[in-house]
Amino acid sequence: MSETGETRLVEVHGVTKEYAEGDNVTRVLKGVELQVDRGELVALLGPSGSGKSTLLNILGTLARPTDGQLAILGENLIGADDYVLTEFRNRHIGFVFQAHLLLPDFTALENVMFPAAARHGRERREDRERAAELLDRVGLSHRRDYLASRLSGGQKQRVAVARSLMNAPELVLADEPTGNLDRESADQVMELLTEINAVDKTGFLISTHDEKIAARCRRQVHMVDGKVADDGVK
Amino acid sequence: MLYSIKIATRYLTANRGQSLLLVLGVAVGVYVYVFMSALIGGLAVLLTDRTVGSIAHVVVEPAERDPVSLIERDRGVLLAVLKSTQQRPTLQSAEAYLPILQGTPHVSVVVGKVLGNGFMLKGEAVAPVLVTGIDARDISAIADIEGSLVAGSTDLMLGTAVIGKGLADKLGIGIGQSITIRSERDIEQPVTVGGIFELGVSSVDDTAVYLNIRAARVLLDLPEGLSRYELKLDDLQLAREAAADIVNRTGLKATPWQDQNAQLLEGLTAQARSGDLIKGFALVTIIIGVASALLLSTYRRQSEIGIMRAMGARRSFVIFVFVLQGAFIGLAGGLLGAGLGYLSLMPFPPPEMTAGGGLPVDYRQGAYLSAIVLTLIGAIAAAIWPAWSASRVDPVKAIGP
Repeated sequence: MSETGETRLVEVHGVTKEYAEGDNVTRVLKGVELQVDRGELVALLGPSGSGKSTLLNILGTLARPTDGQLAILGENLIGADDYVLTEFRNRHIGFVFQAHLLLPDFTALENVMFPAAARHGRERREDRERAAELLDRVGLSHRRDYLASRLSGGQKQRVAVARSLMNAPELVLADEPTGNLDRESADQVMELLTEINAVDKTGFLISTHDEKIAARCRRQVHMVDGKVADDGVK
Repeated sequence: MLYSIKIATRYLTANRGQSLLLVLGVAVGVYVYVFMSALIGGLAVLLTDRTVGSIAHVVVEPAERDPVSLIERDRGVLLAVLKSTQQRPTLQSAEAYLPILQGTPHVSVVVGKVLGNGFMLKGEAVAPVLVTGIDARDISAIADIEGSLVAGSTDLMLGTAVIGKGLADKLGIGIGQSITIRSERDIEQPVTVGGIFELGVSSVDDTAVYLNIRAARVLLDLPEGLSRYELKLDDLQLAREAAADIVNRTGLKATPWQDQNAQLLEGLTAQARSGDLIKGFALVTIIIGVASALLLSTYRRQSEIGIMRAMGARRSFVIFVFVLQGAFIGLAGGLLGAGLGYLSLMPFPPPEMTAGGGLPVDYRQGAYLSAIVLTLIGAIAAAIWPAWSASRVDPVKAIGP
């Protein structure tokens, strides 16, 4: 692996994404260029419809680009089949969604543990211990046995953050992680993300509308109309 | 614990009411299956018992004594074979066969009989009769004459006869009355009516006359040998095998009861097919019910499936979760339905002991294991389509805004 390959986390070249509905073709991404290094904390800014979420979905291997090049951790993911993408996603990528998206019938601990359980097909004691540690880290050890449906919005999002870290991924994609939270909860979550970034050197790509949230990130990438319009480092 | 098992059980227990209804629906289908198995099986036992209970399971007679043909029959030659009428078909060395017949597997009773036709005379009244000469101890060995007695006793002494009720009514005779029997050999013998029985089979009740075998030998002019052996088996369904075995070992003619009751067998087969059809419908209902419920669950849990996929759950993992749900529902419904079936059918007496008009369900033939296994397989099969569609859920669409 080259020197670039060792430090480069995300490498996106000319990525386009089109959605066809009948004869109408909508181009959501129009040749995105983006590189993110390991351990970077990047804010992805832009108005609604600028293609932020679509880009995150492609980076998260949940969606495939129509065209272009995509490599994460030096691995070319274009053309990989569903099994390979699923395995890759499970091992290397964490997600935090705006709507937290927890499994409502499972406890906080079980939700955090899910990525590891899905990977190994069973509950391992070491995974349970790590999940408990992560819950402790996000300040929710006292809620570990609560069903997700019984947690507050801020608590759910903190559980989602803990879950995103379960398999110790190199990249966490956060799509409007504070969008549904009040200011206090939003600040707490951002505090958590920046701390994890600083301590674990986990790379974060955080999509947000909120300039205050973006201001916490060292690098800010602005998207407009399906393209990266501005890429600035503070 | 396999994590997919945990998720499957959590999904089922998260919505207890719906899962319970689903399991109950499956249980009802299984109950129908079990009940139909018990009913069809019970009816078969009842009909067979009523029909075969009073007859021999295998009849062993002398071999056909047709002349040997020197021309092959299948050469397009029209061949007429003149039956031998020189001798009455009789088992001359009957005693020699007895140990072989008694030693044949599944044979429980062997009774030697001399048979002949004749007439019963009382004054001007004449009635055709079938005379059966039998050892006094064996009179109830084949048909339950003792249990069917309506008057007198079954003690067959030299001068007494036990006759059917239809015959007694026809001639207007009762216990202790003397009558005359004239045999096909034109020999007359006076007898006293010692017993009257009613088996409920008119062909027997209207013509049967049982005599002590020594008296019958005189009447039928058959000083030695037997007309036939009649056999009862411990499992009447093995009559064909037993008959074939006897033919091989003795060279005699052995006829299983099935050959003389083709219509009964045809009826039982048709009845069994009808039962299978109803059981098949019950299974199809179970499959449709489970499939539709799980498909609904797939749609309802689409966003959760999307979350699991996003977190790195493989498609096979998702498939397994839904197939397991089908299996759990099938197993629970199968056990519940079969258990309820067993408990509700247990109080019914076995068909062979069912009084007239009673429901002839046989709890021993409930096919509980096959009901559970088939339901399990059906429920798993029913879950495959919903599981497959769950695994194809697009996580972006499922978790999107």
